Amino acid sequence: MPPEKGLKMRKVVIPIGPQHPALKEPESFNVTLSGERIMAFSARLGYNHRGIEKACEERTYVQDVYLVERICGICSHTHSTSFTQAVEELAALDVPKRALYIRVIIGELERIHSHLLWLGIAGHEVGFDTLLMYSWRDREVVMDILAELTGNRVNYGINVIGGVKRDLEGHHIKDISKAVDTLEERTKYYIDIATKETTLIQRLSGVGKLPHEDALSLGATGPTARASNVARDIRQDDPYAVYSELGFRIVTDNHNDVYGRTLVRLGELMETYRLIRAAVNNLPEGPIAVKAPRKIPEGEVFSRYEAPRGENVHYIKSNGTDKPERVKVRAPTLANVQTVARMLEDEQLADLPIVIAAIDPCFSCTDRMITVKDPDDSNPRGIIKWDDIRSYSIGLYRSRGVDFSLLNKKLAEKLKC
Amino acid sequence: MLTDLFHIVIFPGFLFLCASGMTAEYIDRKLYARLQNRMGPPWFQPFADFMKLVSKEDIVPDEANPSMFRAMPIFALTASITAIFYIPLWHVNALYHFNGDLIVTIYLLTIPTLTYFLGGWYSTSLYSKIGAVRSLTQLFAYEVPLLMCILAPALLANTWSLSEMAAFYTNHKWYWAFNMIGFVVSIIALLGKLEKVPFDIPEAETEIVAGTFTEYSGRLLAIFRLSLNIEAITGASLIAAVYLPFGLELPTAAGFAVYLAKLLFIIAIMSLSRTVFARFRMDQMVEFCWKYVSPFAFLQILICLIIKGVWVR
Amino acid sequence: MIRPGKMIKQVLQSLFMKPATLLYPFKKSPMPEHFRGEIIFHPELCIGCQMCVRDCPSRAIKIKKTEDNKFEAEIDLGKCIYCAQCVMSCPKKALESTKEFELAVLDKSKLKIIFSADPKKSSDSQKTP
Repeated sequence: MPPEKGLKMRKVVIPIGPQHPALKEPESFNVTLSGERIMAFSARLGYNHRGIEKACEERTYVQDVYLVERICGICSHTHSTSFTQAVEELAALDVPKRALYIRVIIGELERIHSHLLWLGIAGHEVGFDTLLMYSWRDREVVMDILAELTGNRVNYGINVIGGVKRDLEGHHIKDISKAVDTLEERTKYYIDIATKETTLIQRLSGVGKLPHEDALSLGATGPTARASNVARDIRQDDPYAVYSELGFRIVTDNHNDVYGRTLVRLGELMETYRLIRAAVNNLPEGPIAVKAPRKIPEGEVFSRYEAPRGENVHYIKSNGTDKPERVKVRAPTLANVQTVARMLEDEQLADLPIVIAAIDPCFSCTDRMITVKDPDDSNPRGIIKWDDIRSYSIGLYRSRGVDFSLLNKKLAEKLKC
Repeated sequence: MLTDLFHIVIFPGFLFLCASGMTAEYIDRKLYARLQNRMGPPWFQPFADFMKLVSKEDIVPDEANPSMFRAMPIFALTASITAIFYIPLWHVNALYHFNGDLIVTIYLLTIPTLTYFLGGWYSTSLYSKIGAVRSLTQLFAYEVPLLMCILAPALLANTWSLSEMAAFYTNHKWYWAFNMIGFVVSIIALLGKLEKVPFDIPEAETEIVAGTFTEYSGRLLAIFRLSLNIEAITGASLIAAVYLPFGLELPTAAGFAVYLAKLLFIIAIMSLSRTVFARFRMDQMVEFCWKYVSPFAFLQILICLIIKGVWVR
Repeated sequence: MIRPGKMIKQVLQSLFMKPATLLYPFKKSPMPEHFRGEIIFHPELCIGCQMCVRDCPSRAIKIKKTEDNKFEAEIDLGKCIYCAQCVMSCPKKALESTKEFELAVLDKSKLKIIFSADPKKSSDSQKTP
């Protein structure tokens, strides 16, 4: 390109992803830039669709617990707990208290590791790698505890339908309290850093604004919403497991920006330490699991769980066999990803990575469904019948030059030969 | 003639600079790792990285201007090596000196940044272009304070030659203490020149992949990286010669040791600042340089002028 | 008070601390006691109930009958997700989790491991539980 032509650098569209160092997972964002300023932003999901929901329908409930656990590598306990909660509700199982306490302890330990991981990533996105190294070093403490309790650092596999697999013993409890003490001290240090280190505050504060009204109307969940002063947390709104017994306090902030989200996550860590201590101290004696039937009675159920990233929802429809008829998962990132476009209005390119990272995205958890918009809007209720979807998709692919009916004919001819 | 060739190719020219540049990279990386409570790379890591890159294929993008794309790394390397000949390293006299070599050295040290701009621009990749524009924008922010604060000691010494400056400061002991503001300012400017945190905006990997160097690979990237390392050595040598002018009258071996210690000191300061800061945004960087760094550089000139008027007379 | 370089104290302290990282292939951190690593099979305990086969989420395990009351297991480590559900499902404790976690191989066929009472057929005799 001759330089005279190239020097006109007015508006450029730069692709962030599907492969980009700022994103740990493939997802495509297109940013229209004028100089350094972001003029328009578009996100495209769907690079990580793994067909987990369909795979769940082909496996038994016992197997599905492990499958849904692998939806997310960071908040794996989230998915397996909300799945088992749903199945237990369908089967009307009376899960022992001790099992519920152990689930809460693992869930909160997982929140610690997820939030510390986020803190490191946030540091990396603003070029503060030292924060990444230190917070990930401290995260090892909780990873080791989780490995000791469950047998692995991620994908804990501790949930079974009707309870948990492994019990907490005396030395585990000692280890947990020791780890929580260390981590509490370290978290206080990070709060100190986050509120005082000038270069960090300059990059976080005032960036990625999401006003309270927008957070509500865009349906943000988790720390993203709570940093915009939306006091919404499933642990308090719809307490599952034993959260109602532990006394839970919602951490909110009214900064509405990335700085606020950092403070909310760090504040939540402090709250989490308190919850773990309370759970460990009140741990009741008793069995850790009840026997679950293989065939789950007919019915449908909806289960909610406050994942580190926000509200996680599982829907299960059972038809009385040992396999579910339908499993639907909505991961928190799907709720939050819409807010990114709002946050990036009139921001700079340099702020894009941290703004995307601030919702703590987990794209492979999100990629699970397609939304079909009715182009004619003849169906105001938004419910599309199977035949309509089929004819829509045939039309869509024909418009792109792919005709499956022709391909099918060719295939049939080939098979005849 | 033969000695000139020896100076250019072996010592303190190309080979010495390559070795010291890679050692500097190793020290920087190891220190960076140790400051972050990590293990850090083994001593041969920079050399291994270099060999790996050299053994790989050069890929020139179809859209890129091949001659400019290939020439820019060589220009960067040449400029940063040439600059060393005018800097007094461990002796009062540099290898070659004339009145005005201060300006030539600063000019030579600016060329690598321009080659990053041109190399990035002619790669035609979007990330490279944005990186290229950013490195040029950054150049305007740090170059002025750097020039001003290097000018100040020259004013005090009343010469435009680095060697004569070194002689002046060797004869007038403790005069270097007046230039300490300039030392800090020039370290900040050097961080910007070398595109290191907090000024690694042109290479911010989470935004624009590798900035200017996104499309570079193989030998060309190896040369670019080598030139960055050598630029670190020449830049640090310049700062050492201007602001830390002691030990220059010592015998060669002792003087050389003092010179290495000075380099180590400057590199350690740069590693430390790379550890404790987050990356600036472009607007913040420009604002910081014009609002805070430039006034300090100006203050340095004022101090030197006053001292010159009151004291030296 | 806001000030830049807040981490400088901590950073300088860690210069004199032992690194938190290990030089991995030469030094290894110990695995916890009940680590869910490679699964091993004890042929003498197996009763051939096929519970593990039924419950395996990734269909990685196969139990074959060789003689009367003698069974052999074929575990595909390429498929196994190390959830240890088979260990839990087994009524006779014929399956066991080990601490072995370095399971990468260059030859894909070596991922299929056969545990048999007959030492000739068993492909995993060199590994200890």
